[in-house]
Amino acid sequence: MAIAKRPSTEMRERRFEYAAAPEATDHLKIADSYSLFIGGRFVEPHSRRRFATVNPATGQTLSEVAEADDADVDRAVTAAADAFRSWSRLSGAKRARHIFRLSRLMQERARELAVLETMDGGKPIKESRDVDVPLAAAHFFYYAGWADKLEWAFPNRRPRPLGVAGQVIPWNFPLLMLAWKIAPALAAGNTVVLKPAETTPLSALAFADICQQADLPPGVVNILTGAGSTGASLVGHPDVRKVAFTGSTEVGKEIQRATAGSGKHLTLELGGKAANIVFEDAPLDQAIEGIVNGIYFNQGHVCCAGSRLLVQESILEPLLAKLKSRLGTLRVGDPLDKNTDVGAINSRAQLEKIEGLVNSGIEEGAEIYQPACDLPERGYWFRPTIFTNVAQSYRIAREEIFGPVLSVLTFRTPDEAVEKANNTPYGLSAGVWTDKGSRILWLAERMRAGVVWANTFNRFDPTSPFGGYKESGFGREGGLHGLAAYVELD
Amino acid sequence: MDVRKTYKLFAAGEFVRSESGRTYQPDGPHNVPRGSRKDLRDMVKAARGAFPGWSRRTAMNRGQVLYRAAEMLDGRRAEFRDLLGGGRPAGGQVDAAVETWVWYAGWTDKLHQFAGTVNPVAGPYFNFTLPEPTGVVGVVAPEEPALLGLVRRLAPALCGGNTVVALASERAPLAALTLGEVLATSDLPPGVVNVLSGKRQELLPWLAAHMDVNAIDAAGCTAAQLAQVQEAAAGNLKRVVQSGPGAEALSPHAALDLMEFKTVWHPIGV
Repeated sequence: MAIAKRPSTEMRERRFEYAAAPEATDHLKIADSYSLFIGGRFVEPHSRRRFATVNPATGQTLSEVAEADDADVDRAVTAAADAFRSWSRLSGAKRARHIFRLSRLMQERARELAVLETMDGGKPIKESRDVDVPLAAAHFFYYAGWADKLEWAFPNRRPRPLGVAGQVIPWNFPLLMLAWKIAPALAAGNTVVLKPAETTPLSALAFADICQQADLPPGVVNILTGAGSTGASLVGHPDVRKVAFTGSTEVGKEIQRATAGSGKHLTLELGGKAANIVFEDAPLDQAIEGIVNGIYFNQGHVCCAGSRLLVQESILEPLLAKLKSRLGTLRVGDPLDKNTDVGAINSRAQLEKIEGLVNSGIEEGAEIYQPACDLPERGYWFRPTIFTNVAQSYRIAREEIFGPVLSVLTFRTPDEAVEKANNTPYGLSAGVWTDKGSRILWLAERMRAGVVWANTFNRFDPTSPFGGYKESGFGREGGLHGLAAYVELD
Repeated sequence: MDVRKTYKLFAAGEFVRSESGRTYQPDGPHNVPRGSRKDLRDMVKAARGAFPGWSRRTAMNRGQVLYRAAEMLDGRRAEFRDLLGGGRPAGGQVDAAVETWVWYAGWTDKLHQFAGTVNPVAGPYFNFTLPEPTGVVGVVAPEEPALLGLVRRLAPALCGGNTVVALASERAPLAALTLGEVLATSDLPPGVVNVLSGKRQELLPWLAAHMDVNAIDAAGCTAAQLAQVQEAAAGNLKRVVQSGPGAEALSPHAALDLMEFKTVWHPIGV
């Protein structure tokens, strides 16, 4: 007979103290101000305007970056169009060499990129160090390998590049999203103009420096910093032949309208409200880690976050008890500290959006749980949050919060789980936790979502296609499918 | 006065003389190890030992290692050009060898996407087929070109996750033995590649008959040798890859020809 070991109250309530383990920043050189990267050089913006980029963990200004206007966008697209003539005619083998070189330089400068990413965006250093930067370099490595194999990738279909790609990326994984966009575009022979997000421009500018260091031909990669209007101008430029956007569903719809009738190729990777489904036979401790990873990874600033937890009713109580206890051990605070699990919210605007939705949850009748944890005095922070007693109609169960907020719902039968999981306009990802392999595949068949994680969550790999069903967008990034988004085929 | 290099076999990650103590002078004044049956067997043992580790590395990691081999070879272009007789043809051969490593470095994590399938069987089963390395591969390098001939067969074998015992060109083995020095500094685990020089007719029968070799790439065999190899290979059903005139072409099939295909069935249902 198994003897259950019951932890004492004392043990359960014990708070673990950790000595500070901050990552050094003295090796990092951040300039006081940055210009636009056009045609292989950093040039003054025509607009003459600059805006501050802030460390969300301290509220301090890190640097000032240029705000590109219509004239700047035109200059960058022209530079990219000029570069396209020679870049697209370069042999695949030579293009591959260039892209391999970018990958190697990113690996060599990994530490610098990780610290920069964490300071500019607020994500824990262990994530930027172990996830964002290595994956970004791996993406370039993977697509470098396709550059000289396009005929093998698309046999008998005469793959040709599209032209200038206008790419607009979000602030949650700045460098990784840059890699997802630029690597396949260059491999297929396109040139790019990329606009990083307003709040996280610095790693893209560091990448511009890497392009110079790699002797990438001028104009093949152009980086324009700016806000929404810069992005709109880029997407609308007549010489842009391909638009790739990652961001909110709302803006994605605007872009689809704006590009209608233009003949531009379009891929959109938008919002999500993923169901993370836990069956009663799931290995519970593993599932708890997966739930935590699913929603608190990167402060929940993840479009594929497992923000709706669907728990089989029979295990709701033990699961919630374990989950709440696990939340007590999450370390929230200084993103540069190597022990930190949950970092800073990316911006004041995002913090206000999260607060607004959390308040709506309370008002609509859900029950809120937050662990007791100290938050730093300056900067933008939000405690890891769990909502129980959530109805499917509540805003916190329908809208993307993009923060560390989990809504818990229940189900009784597998059919009900499928019904509830698919009851959303989104369809980016889903998770399932069960000991039964056949049930995983049964469920995966029924999920209207582009990625299904089974007994794991938030896994990414350059070889693995990623993208949404329904209002989570269309097109895939990663793998062979990601390459297809950047070629014209017979 | 020059300090001259002693050419040695590359075995289990080390540079060793033939256990037989014999040498021959096929290529100028250099004494080249004349490998023995015992050397060959030691190398097969090393390759078998290295197989689990190498084949279980992630495809991405194997790609990084093959790319490292390109980097290391690129840094020694001048040396190889001289070894291969100098001049433009030699330079072209070295360039093509570097290119070969780069090309297959890019295939390690794409072979499955190129040649794997999901099979829509008529029933509630998830069914997929994927390529896996066959094991220890004996590569019989062509006599010419001395460097590129070997690299064009070696890189695809490693790309798929096999480990290799390679017979160097008998007449021009120096480039193959020096390639061992490149591979020794390319993060390849010891034993993944072993390079044996010597008399082909002396070594080939033992390689072809060795019960722990899974496949032979017979690129460098004459028609008569190929027949010999095929017959001896039947002892343990070795796959014998006969590369025709296209042996030097870059192709994912060069890697896939040295791979098995595994099909997995799994039920679907609550």
